[in-house]
Amino acid sequence: MRAVCWQGVHKVGIEEVPDARVINPRDAVIKVRKAAICGSDLHLYDGYVPGMMRGDILGHEFMGEVVETGSGVPNLSRGDRVVVPFPISCGNCFFCEQEMYSLCENSNPNARLAEKFWGHSPCGIFGYSHLLGGYAGGQAEYVRVPFADVGPMKVPDAMSDEQALFLGDILPTGYMAAENCNIREGDTVAVWGCGPVGLFAIMSAKLLGASRVIAIDRFPERLSLAHRAGAEILNYEEMDTLETLREWTGGRGPDACIDAVGMEAHMHGVQHAYDKVKQALRLETERPGVVREAIQACRNGGTVSVPGVYGGLADKIPLGAVVNKALTIKSGQTHVQRYMKPLMARIENGEIDPTMIITHRIGIDDVPDAYQMFRDKEDDCIKVVVNMAS
Amino acid sequence: MAASMTREPVLDRSLGWFSVGLGMAELLAPKAMGRMIGVGEQSTVLRMCGVREIVSGVGLLSGRAPATFAMSRVVGDVMDLALLGASLRSPDSNPSRVAATATAVAGVTALDLYASKVELQSSMAEAQQDVPVHASLMINSPPDQVYAFWRKLENLPRFMSHLESVAEVAQQRSEWTARLPGGVQLRWQSEIVEDQPGRLMSWRTVAGSEINHVGSVRFEPGPGGQGTQVKVEIYYGMPGGPAAAKAAQLVAMAPESLVTEDLRRLKQLIETGEIATTQGQPAGKRSMIGRMFGKEES
Ligand SMILES: NC(=O)c1ccc[n+]([C@@H]2O[C@H](COP(=O)([O-])OP(=O)(O)OC[C@H]3O[C@@H](n4cnc5c(N)ncnc54)[C@H](O)[C@@H]3O)[C@@H](O)[C@H]2O)c1
Ligand SMILES: [Zn+2]
Ligand SMILES: [Zn+2]
Repeated sequence: MRAVCWQGVHKVGIEEVPDARVINPRDAVIKVRKAAICGSDLHLYDGYVPGMMRGDILGHEFMGEVVETGSGVPNLSRGDRVVVPFPISCGNCFFCEQEMYSLCENSNPNARLAEKFWGHSPCGIFGYSHLLGGYAGGQAEYVRVPFADVGPMKVPDAMSDEQALFLGDILPTGYMAAENCNIREGDTVAVWGCGPVGLFAIMSAKLLGASRVIAIDRFPERLSLAHRAGAEILNYEEMDTLETLREWTGGRGPDACIDAVGMEAHMHGVQHAYDKVKQALRLETERPGVVREAIQACRNGGTVSVPGVYGGLADKIPLGAVVNKALTIKSGQTHVQRYMKPLMARIENGEIDPTMIITHRIGIDDVPDAYQMFRDKEDDCIKVVVNMAS
Repeated sequence: MAASMTREPVLDRSLGWFSVGLGMAELLAPKAMGRMIGVGEQSTVLRMCGVREIVSGVGLLSGRAPATFAMSRVVGDVMDLALLGASLRSPDSNPSRVAATATAVAGVTALDLYASKVELQSSMAEAQQDVPVHASLMINSPPDQVYAFWRKLENLPRFMSHLESVAEVAQQRSEWTARLPGGVQLRWQSEIVEDQPGRLMSWRTVAGSEINHVGSVRFEPGPGGQGTQVKVEIYYGMPGGPAAAKAAQLVAMAPESLVTEDLRRLKQLIETGEIATTQGQPAGKRSMIGRMFGKEES
């Protein structure tokens, strides 16, 4: 079969690899119909996530058709159209029982490596480094899905592939980011980053009752989508983020701040040089400009919600502000399985149209170029969907 | 520590000079060095490595607390390997040279590990004979069920990766066969000392075994009655005679992490009915180093 493989920093290629197959009883094999490139894939592309190996098959956002099931997957049959959550979760452990699926204790075969980095291991994730299991990803013609009896969700006939696709990652991610803000009537929520995750966080914050959402980015096409989703927009290249937020909230600061940017934040001046050098020398793994700002901007007693991905160590985090302003910080890889059903219902009744963020539809051969285009935000690219059937 | 100074001074000293030499080169000619080992012009990083090399080299040469300094070399080597890994991903590096250097550094690492192990072993010989192993893990299933799974001895090879077989040969007595990397086979007989259903089991090896140990596994109810905390305790006695080498190999494999990995697989089997793995899944073309590491993966 053909698959998108990681071949090194800024090197992604299409390779012919052996077909995916059932290995464990609870596995299924899915023939991928649609896959997407996620902002998280860019961290792999740019080489900031440790534990990648040449030849790793990428992709954790995909949906498709069941072609084979193991003996432990009675709920699925050949031909079912399903969307697959990116966290690989057993459904049986302490964390899965509490619906904290991305913390599943049983799905990362390399848990010992992750424990060295973080003390404990999260779940395994498709196509997301050997630290998180080394599972082959879904930017491929076929993909093996472990614990297929609990993960994949059937897509109703009336729902299109594209409408269902984002239920596996970014839609729940934006939603959980907003839910983590504990939004109450009258709240103002500031969202850094108007990529797919930020945009879904904006829509979700609105749905959850925020009175005001302020969207921060620098790309006009992204800001204009944020505006369409109901946010006031702040272009940080034209206005100073911290000063403007202070002014727009009468000095108090937003009730909640969402970092939908992650470890590769774009920064200016000294701060940028400082983090870029330290990151290049591997003295820190992140460029944490956005968390710094979010903590600084957040009102006293407010919440900082961090869906943006970080992998290791960051410097100069204003911990003093966290303590003295009594902030709450919430984060995590998304517990996708928890949100798929309710969000599917919101798509079905027209509350959310996830397809509005798609800007590019391509075939597998164009994927390597698309990584570069998405990374550099060229051609007004916001979200790339790969049609695997073509 | 005194023993180690008299036993391996030659090894310590040559490692020391190697460190100082490598360190000077990295410090004074980082660019040339960078080009030579194929990592491009990462001068600052190489200078840092250089300082670290010299510090540990001088330490080794001065003969003070060699175990600590040899250990700092191990840490340093791992750091070098990690950097080489990092530079493999950097666009201006030359993969074939980096690979060659990685092999050289890996060789040095092995040497360093050997030096520090010899020292550790001689300090162990002074201190105590037994090698204790403790491991513990929460399993989301009641104690009597986890106990029952374990008590069925033929279940054990399903999650103990180095175990080939266990057979009950008489009441309370069983025969065990394990295979270590490199195909070395270990056999022992073990008898159950205590058996409290749903709570604990303890055992000891009987005379004539190739490896001597006493061990116990406890199944304690988790906090609030949730699940089971499985606690394994094993003491390996270091035998003399021909079995010594085999036992030493087992101990060198870091039995604590082996037991922890075994417990993890036990947890997966009991909770999910299978063991998470990626073995047998497809991948694109691996690099040479990737193929080397790939064998280790679960
Ligand atoms: N927690 C999870 O489970 C999860 C799931 C999916 C994605 N993510 C993470 O979410 C983040 C965003 O993903 P995405 O797909 O939207 O990526 P994206 O690259 O499309 O979007 C990132 C956006 O952040 C903006 N940005 C950069 N620096 C900024 C700054 N200083 N201030 C304001 N905006 C800035 C960029 O212009 C861009 O529009 C990534 O870190 C990704 O890894 C997390
Ligand atoms: Zn993602
Ligand atoms: Zn689980």
